[in-house]
Amino acid sequence: MKLSYYPGCGLSGSSKELDTSIKAISGPLGIDIVEVPDWNCCGGTSAHSTGHFLSFALPARNVLKAEGSGCDEFTAPCPACYVRHYLAQKDFNENPKMRQHIENALGQKFEDSDMKIKNLIEVFFDRVDSSIVKKPLKGLKVVNYYGCALVKPPKTFGFFDDPENPTSLEKIMGTLGVESIDWPYKTECCGASLCFTNQDAVWKAGRDILQVAKDSGAKAIVVACTMCQMNLDMRQSQINKKYKTNFNIPVIYFTQLIGLAMGIPLDKLGFDKLYVDAKPLLQSLNLI
Amino acid sequence: MREINVTQTLDKNKDFLRKLQEESGQNPGQCFQCMKCTGGCPMQFTMDYPPSQIMRMLQDGLIDEVLNSFTIQTCATCATCTTRCPRDIDIAKLMDTLRVMAYHKGIVGKGKNMHVFHTTFMNSIKNHGRLYEVGLALGLNLGTGNLLQDTDIGLPMFLKGKLNLLPHNVKGLNEIKKLYDYAKKIGE
Repeated sequence: MKLSYYPGCGLSGSSKELDTSIKAISGPLGIDIVEVPDWNCCGGTSAHSTGHFLSFALPARNVLKAEGSGCDEFTAPCPACYVRHYLAQKDFNENPKMRQHIENALGQKFEDSDMKIKNLIEVFFDRVDSSIVKKPLKGLKVVNYYGCALVKPPKTFGFFDDPENPTSLEKIMGTLGVESIDWPYKTECCGASLCFTNQDAVWKAGRDILQVAKDSGAKAIVVACTMCQMNLDMRQSQINKKYKTNFNIPVIYFTQLIGLAMGIPLDKLGFDKLYVDAKPLLQSLNLI
Repeated sequence: MREINVTQTLDKNKDFLRKLQEESGQNPGQCFQCMKCTGGCPMQFTMDYPPSQIMRMLQDGLIDEVLNSFTIQTCATCATCTTRCPRDIDIAKLMDTLRVMAYHKGIVGKGKNMHVFHTTFMNSIKNHGRLYEVGLALGLNLGTGNLLQDTDIGLPMFLKGKLNLLPHNVKGLNEIKKLYDYAKKIGE
């Protein structure tokens, strides 16, 4: 399957391990990754906080570029990017006023966009079964943290999972041999880009999430969102300093664990890019 | 407590309220104050008015207070409110639209950091087509005066090869320029 791939600004910089692990597992899972040609930033939170046109047009340009690449499916691994591209395609196809605007701006007419825009969990959900597992991750106890953007609001996006109690990551982890612990903070918001503008709020949200994860008995947090990952992993040291806590909880992408269970070496999965080192935990369980 | 003449505030702000409804596709008048949005809001602790109160203020035409509030700036758009609203109001979309309307009116209110962040971010895309993270961090710290913010994680990021010191320009920068010019032309 040819998958149109939009890495976005995060995956080429601060979230490199997600990019690395996606690329490492895709080939063996039968996914041929085709990067969106000359993609631009989707505008993130800032475009939709400052106007309607650019928050539509910036991701729409990417969708239109991707349409020409012969792929049936498109993914933006960062959930914020995914949301913007999903909405841009919907508006392009269904909102004649917005479509007219972008066609006027670029001086060009475009066909309807019919690629299926999927989030990262959807891309891998059906492809992970017991046949790919070479080394079950026995003994690893985690909580799965979806964050908000992947699952909410439910009627707007095509994602199949429950907005308040999603279970797709639990199913993937179950296949890998990982034990998922039930906990109440699955879809709590980490504050996302407020980490730049209201750090106190993000530290408090992060502290609460880490504390509940720890109290639940988890040894690691599994994530599918770049913003959640950074706010909990990169900022864990800031949270410890602010609240005088001593959290030392690895925050690992589900794609990294898929790769580990497939027998792919750690250095090909970006484990060295995590701030809280996951290796001591994996060693203690004889998983590496 | 301040007395409010709701007839007057609504009359004074009826054009704004119509525009808000048009742009967001949402009618705040539908809210019956069940407060589920406020109960579930993960950022409520840092807001000056909880989301349900913003809805009530819109119903009463207290537009200046809403546009100057910290709430509309620090809403993280997580849409927990939207997911749970029994009246099917997309509250996150309303917050988004209010933020855009405040920005267009040049109202910074209590959201100076957000104002600097969004402006720097959008300029970065305008100049490069992609986000230049180092430029964003510098612009943000200079603009807000928080010069030392995140300097503790800068070096580890660099050492892990996660920081691109130079910006990457997209080839189609002329198309990006066309989009920005058009946004300006239609008043955005």
